[in-house]
This record gives sequence, C-alpha cells and structure tokens, in this order.
Amino acid sequence: MDRAALLADDPVWLILIKAVVILLIGPIMTVVLIVAERKIIGRMQQRPGPNRVGPFGLLQSVADAIKLPFKEQIIPATADRKIYFLAPVIATIPALIALSVMPIGPEVSIFGERTVLQLVELPVGALVVLACSSVGVYGIVLAGWSSGSPYPLLGGLRSAAQVISYEIALGLSIVAVVLYTGSLSTSAIVEAQHSGWYFYLLIPSFLIFLVSMVGETNRAPFDLPEAESELVGGFHTEYSSMKFALFFLAEYANMVVLTAFATTLFLGGYMAPWPISLIGDNYLNTGWWPVLWFFGKMFVLLFGFIWLRATLPRFRYDQFMKLGWKVLVPANLVWIVAVVAVRAFRNEQDISTGQWVFWIGAGVLVLILLALLLPDRKVEDDEERVPITGGGYPVPPLDLEIPQPPKRKAVRGRERRRQRATVAAVAQEKESTNGDV
Amino acid sequence: MNAALVLAQGVQNQMSTGESISFWVLGPLALFGALGMIFARNAVHSALFLVLTMLSLGVLYMVQQAPFLGFVQIIVYTGAIMMLFLFVLMLVGRDSSDSVVEVLRGQRLFGTILGIGLAVLIVAAVARSLSEVTPTGLQGQEANGGVGNVENIGRSIFTDWLFPFELTSALLITAAVGAMVLGYVDRHTRGRKTQKEMVEARFRGEHDRPSPLPGPGVFATSSSVATPALLPDGSIAPESLSRLIESAAADSFDDERKAVAGGAHAAEARALNPTSEGETK
Repeated sequence: MDRAALLADDPVWLILIKAVVILLIGPIMTVVLIVAERKIIGRMQQRPGPNRVGPFGLLQSVADAIKLPFKEQIIPATADRKIYFLAPVIATIPALIALSVMPIGPEVSIFGERTVLQLVELPVGALVVLACSSVGVYGIVLAGWSSGSPYPLLGGLRSAAQVISYEIALGLSIVAVVLYTGSLSTSAIVEAQHSGWYFYLLIPSFLIFLVSMVGETNRAPFDLPEAESELVGGFHTEYSSMKFALFFLAEYANMVVLTAFATTLFLGGYMAPWPISLIGDNYLNTGWWPVLWFFGKMFVLLFGFIWLRATLPRFRYDQFMKLGWKVLVPANLVWIVAVVAVRAFRNEQDISTGQWVFWIGAGVLVLILLALLLPDRKVEDDEERVPITGGGYPVPPLDLEIPQPPKRKAVRGRERRRQRATVAAVAQEKESTNGDV
Repeated sequence: MNAALVLAQGVQNQMSTGESISFWVLGPLALFGALGMIFARNAVHSALFLVLTMLSLGVLYMVQQAPFLGFVQIIVYTGAIMMLFLFVLMLVGRDSSDSVVEVLRGQRLFGTILGIGLAVLIVAAVARSLSEVTPTGLQGQEANGGVGNVENIGRSIFTDWLFPFELTSALLITAAVGAMVLGYVDRHTRGRKTQKEMVEARFRGEHDRPSPLPGPGVFATSSSVATPALLPDGSIAPESLSRLIESAAADSFDDERKAVAGGAHAAEARALNPTSEGETK
C-alpha cells in the first residue's frame, strides 16, 4: 500500500491525534528554540546566556511564555483596531498549518493501526508550504500598516518587498527538485532521494534555498522588517502582550516549517544519514527511528540559523534586494536550464558517464580559457584618491596588544576565584593580627 | 450500457456532503468579500476583502479536485499580486480617500457597458456549462485518462498549448521590461553618490567634518541636553550642543555650564544631578 492509501485509511481518532501533535510541534519547538538560541548566541559571545530559571536556565522561555500574556495590552489610538487584532492571527495560523504536509516518518503502527507519520498527502504538497508562507506574510504587512505609526509602516513595507522577491527565489529553487523527482508531492520527493540526497546532487538549488529561506523568515542577516537599530522593532513596535507573543511564535514556527521543508527537499527527509544507514541492513530507517533523523536534520539547519545571527551584520536594504534579484534569481534560472538540458540529453541518447565527464570537463576548460582572454580591469590611478583611515585622525597603534580573553569555563573560574579569595582573606587576617600585635 | 453510463454520470454529478458544506460556507464568504471590496471606504480594507474572496475561491478549487489550481491561486494571486497592491496602497498612504472627480471622460458609461457585457458573458458561460457540457471527473489518478491532474496540466501546457503559453510569457516579459524602462532612473542622472564616494568626499574635506556631530554630555553629569560633551583633555566640545540651545536664554544654563566646567561646587558622591550650592546645604 502506498502512503496515500495508508493515510486515507486512517480512523478519525488517529487523524485527530496527528493534527494535535502537528499543531503542538510549532509552539513546543518555539519554546525550545528561544532558550537554545539565547544559550548558543551567549556562548558565541563569551557569556553564559540565560542561567537563572531552572537548571542551566532551561526553563527561561517557559517563564517568558507565562509572563507575556499577563502583560498590559496597549493599543495605539491611531491603530486600525480590527486589522490590528487580526494581523498576529494571520501571521501565526499558516505557520502552524504548513507542517501538516511534511512526511515525518515512514509506516508505523499507532495503537495497532498501520499508518504513516504525515497528516495529509497531497499531489501538490510542496506548494502548500509556499502558499502558507505567502499568506503568513500578510500578518506582518498588515501589522505594520494597522499600527498607524511610521516605524511599523516602514517595517511592513520592507517586509512586503522582501517576501515578494525572496519567494520567487525560493520557488525557483524548488523547481530543480521537482524536475528530478517528477512530482510535487513531499513524500514522493523523499522517496526519490533513496538513491542520493538532493543537497549534493543539486548544490546550487540547495544553496539558493538556504539563502532565500533566511530571507523568507525575516531572520538575521535579513531581518530588515524588524531591524532593531533602524526601526525600533519594525512591524511589531506597537504590539505588546499576547499579540507580540503570537508574532514571536509565528517567526519561530516559520523557521521550523522552512527547515522541515529544506530537510524534506534536500536532506533526504526522514531517511537515516549515510554511515547510520549501513547499520543492520538499514534497520534504523524503519519504525519510529526516522523521526529522530528528521528532527536531527532540522536542528542542524536551525543551528545554522542561530549561527548566522551571531555572526553576520544586517544587510543594507538595497544590498539585500540586489542579492535577491541580481544574484539568486538569475543564477537559479541558469541552473534550471542546465538541469533541463542535462535531463533532455539523458532521455534522448545513450551517453556513458565517461563521455559525460569528458564533455563537462571540456566545457569547463573552454570557459577557463575564455576567462583568461578577458582583459584585466584597469586599476584607476586617481590622483584625488584619499586613504580612508589615517590622515591625522586617531588610529590604533600597529603594535596594539590585545589582552587575552578569560577562560570560558565560567563555573570553574568562579570556584578558583572563591578559593583564591579565601586564601587572601586568611592572609589578610594574619596581617591584621600581626599589625595589632 | 447507455443507462449505466447515465447512471455513472449521475453519481459523478452528485456533490458529496463535505463538498456541499464547504460550498455553502465558502460561497457566501466569497460573495461577502466581493461586496465588501466594492463598498469598503478604505482602500486597504477593500484589498483585504478581495484577498478573502480569492482565498475562498482557492479553497473551492481544492475541494473540487483541482488542488494545483487552488494552491497556485493562493500563491500567485493572494501571495504575490495582492501583496503588490497592498504595497502600493501603503506607499501612497493610508488616508488617501477616494477622489470623486472623474479623470477620464465617459469612464462610468463605458465601465457600466463593459461590466454588463462581462456579466452577460459569464452568465451565458455558466448556463451553458450547466446544461450542455458533460462533466469529466477529476478525481484520483485516472483523471483525464492518466496520471492525475498535476501531471496532466504540465503535459498539456508543454505540448498542446505550448505556443499560447510562450506567447503569454512573452507578453508578460514585455510588460515587465517596459515598466522597468519607463520607471528606471539612473543613479548618475539623479546625482546620488554611493556610500564609498560619500566617505571619500567626507575625508577629502568636502563636508564640514568626517564624522557625525558628537552627542551632548547627557547622563554623564546631568540629564540636560544643554550639558556639553567633554573632549579627552577636559575642554568643552562646542559642536556637541544643539544649535537650538543657542537660541534659548543663555543664563538659564549657567548652573549646568559651571557644573561641567568644575567651577561650581565639589560633586557629591551620590548626586548625579548637579545642584546649585544653596540647595546642597
């Protein structure tokens, strides 16, 4: 029985269980991710991160989640009240829905009922994710507009432009995957990766997908709609309490959805990664094990998100647009044409792998030779050119000594300090008594 | 044989309960959105009502076994086109109210005539589809005689309808390029400099100073913007004071000036606010 038939066979109680679990994945992952992000970024910036609530500060975001709804709700006088209320809801719901088409695992048995770990199987599953993210953006844009103040409006405008541009890049990077698979259904895409995962078969698509994924979720370095240093809080400047919490939830749920989507499209979905897949005739690819691989791959991608945020400064708006329209979209189009050409050749003629390698190598060689023929760009010999540093303004000396950063093991350091302090105290006591005598 | 065919068709023409429920929920919603779009006073509300209609239509398509059409409707129309509309509306401003002045002469007359014509066409098409056309089932893998409806759409676009499809894309590209040619203004003709050119011009001395003006000494010793910032050697940085302060009465800042210059009184250990000598006692 194939997946669709298995899913169509599900009793109502099973569908309800799956739906509830799918809806809960978003919020639970949000709670986990916020703590993880703060801890990881803290570590990357040489500080411990949240460490007050619970063991190692792990309950910090639970505390935040309880605190936020009890804060005061402030609605600006100039707000368009109906849309102001509606916007966080529009932002959140599509993000929670999109996970329903993700194939999280293969055939398992739940309370004696054979089923697959997926809520719905659609022939157009990949489009569902795109549709959800394009509807979810309305929440952000409308939040910016309905707040009735300039900063949120700027954030909303930026978000509208950003999403239109990056959704094109995102959609185009799916095309190559769909061409290879011959289907838009998410489970068929995972099945098709049995022979090889797409992230190395279709490297350009994967890279473009990763970049536009960050653009689509408004995460650093592309977090222009909420750029704190420019727009206060961007679209959610005027939001407080539960509505603000919903925006938070939407942002993190979107991250979860897009990483799950990237896992499905490029990283072999729920299939066990390479060295593990050799164990016991791929035993770890059956039953409930694949859930572990699926979430493991997602966490690797999510860690990438956090790493990016800790590493890169925010793009300027025009640089960001230039990257989208002048780099990602054209590169994607060229790549799609190349993929189509290769597939067409393969379908038409019998060409051996050796011949393939020869012709591709010859092509690359010709390109390199052509590149050598290009004249070098002339170095402009501008008399009026000024060095940007120096010239009478204070610059740090060349032999500046940078102090060694302290040891990172905060706890060990503290203990050592305490020991030293007790030793010093004892010594001082001795001294003072000596003085008295 | 014939009777069996008619019977099968009768079964196909029946709506399932789920389908009829979703129709009676989504149909009124779509209609409500359409009416709201016409009668809403605010342009953004109007656009949102249109979004509601488009979403309802998209879901209706999905219910009627055309999931590809439904999702493309949502992605392209609500996701891209209406987002562009909203973008323009927000750029223009939220309070741009309707203008009652007719810019094009006879616009209403032609609009009415064309509207009625369109309505007649649609009604005729719907009437014909209800009476004359026999419906083809779209359900399952066997739809349209073969591999299900996404594959069939792809096949017919790239085989039977290739030329019209290419024509449409040529038309769209022409429109996009035309819009860009009309709308594009070169950076050099506008006289805008790049960030790098600006930096170089600043350091060449074409501007007053290479860096922004220093901020006032607020919060260092007092909470007043009239407190100037101090240079490393302890002297006062005159640029740090706003020009507005010059236009205020000078003697009202005497205490602050004295406090910052160190001429007033010895600073109290815990007082961040420099107070006059009389008050400290």
